[in-house]
Amino acid sequence: MEGRSGTEKGMSLLHILLSSNTQWVLFSTLLLGTASGMMGCLAYWKRQSLMSDALSHAALPGIVITFMLIGHKHLLLLILGAAVSALLGALLIQWVTLASRIKEDAAMGIVLSVFFGLGIMLLTIVNRTVSGNQGGLDSFIFGQAATMVRHDVQMMLLLTLVVIAIVVTLFKEWKLFLFDPDFARGIGMPLVPMNILYTFALVLTIVMGIQAVGVILMSALLIIPAVSARYWTRSFGRMIILSSVFGGLSGAVGTIISALGKGWPTGPFIVIVAAGLFVISILFGTQKGWLIQRLELRENRKLAKGSIASHQSRPVLREEEG
Amino acid sequence: MEVLSVRDLSAAYRKQIVLERVSFQVHEGTLTGIVGPNGAGKSTLIKTLLELHPKVTGEVRFFGSTLKEMKHRIGYVPQRGTVDWDFPTNALDVVMMGLYGQIGWFKLPGASHKKKAMDALERMGMAEYASRQISQLSGGQQQRVFLARALVQDADLYFMDEPLAGVDAATERAIMATLQELKSRGKTVLVVHHDLQTVDQYFDHVLLLNRTVVHHGLTEDVFTYDNIIRTYGGAIRYRKGDEPVAHPAI
Repeated sequence: MEGRSGTEKGMSLLHILLSSNTQWVLFSTLLLGTASGMMGCLAYWKRQSLMSDALSHAALPGIVITFMLIGHKHLLLLILGAAVSALLGALLIQWVTLASRIKEDAAMGIVLSVFFGLGIMLLTIVNRTVSGNQGGLDSFIFGQAATMVRHDVQMMLLLTLVVIAIVVTLFKEWKLFLFDPDFARGIGMPLVPMNILYTFALVLTIVMGIQAVGVILMSALLIIPAVSARYWTRSFGRMIILSSVFGGLSGAVGTIISALGKGWPTGPFIVIVAAGLFVISILFGTQKGWLIQRLELRENRKLAKGSIASHQSRPVLREEEG
Repeated sequence: MEVLSVRDLSAAYRKQIVLERVSFQVHEGTLTGIVGPNGAGKSTLIKTLLELHPKVTGEVRFFGSTLKEMKHRIGYVPQRGTVDWDFPTNALDVVMMGLYGQIGWFKLPGASHKKKAMDALERMGMAEYASRQISQLSGGQQQRVFLARALVQDADLYFMDEPLAGVDAATERAIMATLQELKSRGKTVLVVHHDLQTVDQYFDHVLLLNRTVVHHGLTEDVFTYDNIIRTYGGAIRYRKGDEPVAHPAI
């Protein structure tokens, strides 16, 4: 009996995975995670992890207003609306920071919550007027990858590839842009276009992820893979690669898990998988992971004890590497 | 030959004028110390010249031309504190950033670039630290990496913002030897400097700055007790060792 039910479970998972729609969705969340992992690294070193959170929350009213204007769910147009609204939020944050005494983090807090509140308010109105939540806009809050049709997925694939291409082809330029922008400008790198391109790619990643992951959790897919990758490497290039692998893995595995239940949102599962990878990284990461640090501490204590015993008061200088 | 000519340069921070009608000329093959009290606008001067900070008025010519035209002949060493040394990269990589202008867009550095960067590290006595993570370098070593990055640029005119701030004696010697060598090869170097005791020993020209140019010229002519007092507004105790300054000009 037990064996049989196990096989049945296996069959149903296989069935889900084999369905062509799931495959498309899986592929798109995989690529989305990859792109987010990359852009997350850039955002992390630009000290804008929180900014990505503000941007994704600020996208919600744009989605709802666009829906109210066109009257149906056309993903490309909704994404466009989301982008406009997110950029408006970014400009507002910048303006508040420059024109008042309010610091950037506070400005982000204000814009993030006000835009999100406005979005939810409009959403409530839409859900009242459109009979029986036909809009299906709720899925933009927590993400519902399964609601994507093939056409949506194809568009998403194209746009994620654009983001990945932007990061990969300008890898060396991003490195200098993030590490030392003053020097970059000194050698003639145009910072304003670089900044615009960066913001464009970040907003593109966020608005693409909104359908699959939702406005609330999207920033997690940008931030968590990047900070996880930091525990494994000392090279910027490898950090980007690892972060994109973590992001892609989270996207794919989270989608598979959420496909097991009917109507399960994708976003939370993706974020939980990403968080799992983060916990593994923080514990076992080779760069300042918890375990490594404990082991090194013990080793050093042993060495210190040994040297005290053998040399008494003579201090021992040891070349530190690690 | 005049490599840098500044006329009536003014700059402001948040509606407050920090540089007022700064004018001076710098000739080829000189080593100039930019000296003045805190808040005198030393860093702002360099940043404004390089258009990293907007100017309010004034005209700046490099090699008789504009910054845009001459960018490839100009090297810049920012203050060490302006970057995040936790950034995941190694010393060699940072030095190679000085070559990005030559490498061009999209392309990655090749073996010849790596060799150039290694040579520059070698000149700064940093060859053995090439693959060391930059966060694990000491302050002095980080400064030498910045210097090496400037060297690979192979510029004709260098601006350096406090390269000797907070470095150990060995690094100070290494950096000064490099600056002297640059000068002997006909390069021109301007250095923001904070240590009055070493000015006459290190620089052949001095620019005394306090919001405007108080004095500028040969060190032996300009770096006098009276001029220093004028620059610092009297709020200074300038001594060499334990003796009051014994400058030839006094």
